[in-house]
Amino acid sequence: METALSVTVGCFFAISVYLLLSKHVIRIMLGVGVLGNAVNLLIFTNGRLLREVPPIIAPGMSTPAMEIANPLPQALVLTAIVISFSLFAFMLVLAFRAYQSLGTDDTDGMRVAEPADEKLPPLGY
Amino acid sequence: MEQSSDALTFFALLLPFAAAAVAPLATRLMGHRAAWLLALAPALIFLHFTTFLDEVSSGATITAGYAWIPALGVDFAWLIDGLSLTFALLITGIGALIVLYSGGYLKGHEHQGRFFSFILLFMGAMLGLVVSDNFLMLFVFWELTSITSFLLIGFDHRREASRRAAIQALAVTGLGGLSLLAGLLVVAGVTGEMSLSGLLGSGGAMRDSALYATALVLLLGGAFTKSAQFPFHFWLPNAMEAPTPVSAYLHSATMVKAGVYLVMRLNPAMGDTVMWATILPLFGGATLLVGGVLAVRQTDLKLMLAYTTVASLGLLVMLTGLGSEHAVAAAALYLVAHSMFKGALFMVAGVIDHEAGTRDVTKVGGLRRLMPVTASAAMLAAISMGGLPPMFGFLAKEEIYYATAGATPWLILVTLAALAGNALMFAVGFAVAIKPFFGVERETPKHAHEGPVLLWLGPLALAVAGVATALFSNVVHVLVSSPMATAIGGIPAEITISVVPHIGVPLALSLLTIVAGVAIYRSIDRLREMIAGMLAAIGWGPDRGFDQAIRGLIRASAAITSAIHHGRMDVYMGVTFTATAVALFAPMIVYGELPAWPAFPDLPFYEWTIIIIALIGLAAIVIAKDRLTAIVSLGIQGFAVAVIFMLLGAPDLSFTQFMVETLSVVILALVMTRLRLDPTDHRPLGEKLLDMAIAGTCGLGFTLMLLRVTQGTFDRTLSDFFEQWSYTIAHGRNIVNVILVDFRGVDTLGEIAVVMIAGLAILALIRIRPRAVPEPKPGPEL
Repeated sequence: METALSVTVGCFFAISVYLLLSKHVIRIMLGVGVLGNAVNLLIFTNGRLLREVPPIIAPGMSTPAMEIANPLPQALVLTAIVISFSLFAFMLVLAFRAYQSLGTDDTDGMRVAEPADEKLPPLGY
Repeated sequence: MEQSSDALTFFALLLPFAAAAVAPLATRLMGHRAAWLLALAPALIFLHFTTFLDEVSSGATITAGYAWIPALGVDFAWLIDGLSLTFALLITGIGALIVLYSGGYLKGHEHQGRFFSFILLFMGAMLGLVVSDNFLMLFVFWELTSITSFLLIGFDHRREASRRAAIQALAVTGLGGLSLLAGLLVVAGVTGEMSLSGLLGSGGAMRDSALYATALVLLLGGAFTKSAQFPFHFWLPNAMEAPTPVSAYLHSATMVKAGVYLVMRLNPAMGDTVMWATILPLFGGATLLVGGVLAVRQTDLKLMLAYTTVASLGLLVMLTGLGSEHAVAAAALYLVAHSMFKGALFMVAGVIDHEAGTRDVTKVGGLRRLMPVTASAAMLAAISMGGLPPMFGFLAKEEIYYATAGATPWLILVTLAALAGNALMFAVGFAVAIKPFFGVERETPKHAHEGPVLLWLGPLALAVAGVATALFSNVVHVLVSSPMATAIGGIPAEITISVVPHIGVPLALSLLTIVAGVAIYRSIDRLREMIAGMLAAIGWGPDRGFDQAIRGLIRASAAITSAIHHGRMDVYMGVTFTATAVALFAPMIVYGELPAWPAFPDLPFYEWTIIIIALIGLAAIVIAKDRLTAIVSLGIQGFAVAVIFMLLGAPDLSFTQFMVETLSVVILALVMTRLRLDPTDHRPLGEKLLDMAIAGTCGLGFTLMLLRVTQGTFDRTLSDFFEQWSYTIAHGRNIVNVILVDFRGVDTLGEIAVVMIAGLAILALIRIRPRAVPEPKPGPEL
């Protein structure tokens, strides 16, 4: 299972990086969405996999009776899912506003902070 | 007794800084009359240092001090011998007069208190410099004089010329200071000594070292920039942008002599080599001639004096380089004489400027009757500068010719340089003293009259000192000149020269100087035009070079910034992910940690199905031709991930993932349909291939890393801890939930805060009204 998921994670990363390298804001957004899943799967697989045994202590026991799925990466990923969703939502709205204000979704055209024809600083003293 | 004297010296060295601290307050309370109070500080230090005269003139060298940073071998230690004592007396003696003079010169200036403060700070720095024994202490004070000089030159910071001069002086002397530090460290490395007294006691250790040339060049880099030796002379005339008290004090009497001081100080330990005796006279001689010639060209009184100062500094360096007994004596005498007459002449130039409103030598005349005291001070100082009896300058001049008179071709060359330089300075000195005061009275911008006592006291005192020291030269020689020459030469020296001329070669050379000087003076207007024409023909100098260097620096940094920080996001991303790929592969390859080839996974068919669905979703995002397909595809891979979590024993993740993916798809659909964004790829094929290569490499890197990690051993310490204690101490059966809300509850609180802040930011983004929304344009151009 680890091997199969390792290859899957690689595919997730490759697709997300390919999308992020694009010049169009919407493709970059899609890339960010995929990247979140890629990272979550990476962390999850890193904690080793065990099928169909959730990390829950059976009633009447004080410790798990048998081997259970690793709870630690699950806790990490749970946090990561929520945070990456916040980031995704924020970036979407940011892109939306940028498009409204700048009239373009091409990152080459978004040059307000770093204008292409930036003047030299003053040469005097 | 010794103990209390050491403590007193320590306080004397700190006193200028204390005075600088109270100067603004004193000036606010007393106005310009605060000068009388503040001048007490240098006067007291002067008196304190006179107590050493007896001891030093009998040949003693006083070293004392306190540990400062013992771990680094840095002490606050001072070395008082003939050389540093003379400097200390000049700095504090002239300093007291300068403080008084500034009281009159800047009377009513809104920042007079600040000025007093700066000049006293400088005084403290300069005093510390000349008495420093420890190398690092010397360096600290050396740079402190550069910084205070920067503050004083840029005092009138509203004018660009003033700012430029300040930056230029700081750049040149500051870089020189770094060179000095490097040189001192080389010396410390070779000799193992961290103090001047140790170095002077180490004999020829430095001279015989293979690193001698390196150390010498570095040390001279410091000395030559500070003392404005050609080709670093250009900052000194520009520094005349400073108020005149600064020019008189820093840029003629004291700071610019720091370089000369250093050369003199090092002479016993580093001098007397072929290199030393070639480089110093060569640069000194060139500086002497360049300074003299450029001085003739100027019409601004201060600039004339500034260039003669450059020439004088060249002369001093040349004499120190010669190193013979007479040369050392001449350097000692000339240094003292120069501080007196040049300080006085600068202050005279300031008085003329202050009272007549101009300091252009062609625009003033006949001020003698209106300003008799200033005129006499100027005359006395010029006579000393011209080297005529009965002035101290005469003694110095005679001694110079004693030093250079010789029959070798090298000495004849040096004599010629000295002769030409002295004649030029003679002419310029008298031009400054005669032209404004004699001749026909001219209309000046201000109605000229004698300045107040604060203004003429300084120049008069220094000019009279020039006569007095010459008349009582035997006392001066015993107390000051001889010990100083002893310290420079490193062997006991006795100076005996007096104002009574002796018949001989030096006298003949003196007469020749006067004849040449008078000839230059009479034709000074014609010479000025000639030199101006010559310089215009050359058209370039280090001063313009400095401007070009600064502009080049600004242009180069702008070019580098726009090359690295070009604002093209796709390139930033490309660089980032290339670096990511390198970071993934490099350690695996370098440490040979590539994973073993895995067995083909044996999975139930439903797991294969889910993985294949996820991959189809991914591929569909990339090739989607319309918005809806792209959004749905994003949803497909997200739900597939949720199912994977479910299958692998993580139901909590699965639920969250389902919710989040649903929300993401909804929001994305809202935004994309509103904006009518096109999800298709517009990149040219070349870029696509490059991006694919980067993306593929990154993906492969993550796969390999993950394979390698899962093939290794697994540390379950933390997982075991949580499984062990989850129910026992936190009373929860769902271990993931217990971790989140109990064991790591504060982290979860942080997570909630992040979500909330993101929500607030989104709200703010939506609520700000776009400024004059431009019509969405089809192309990327804006």
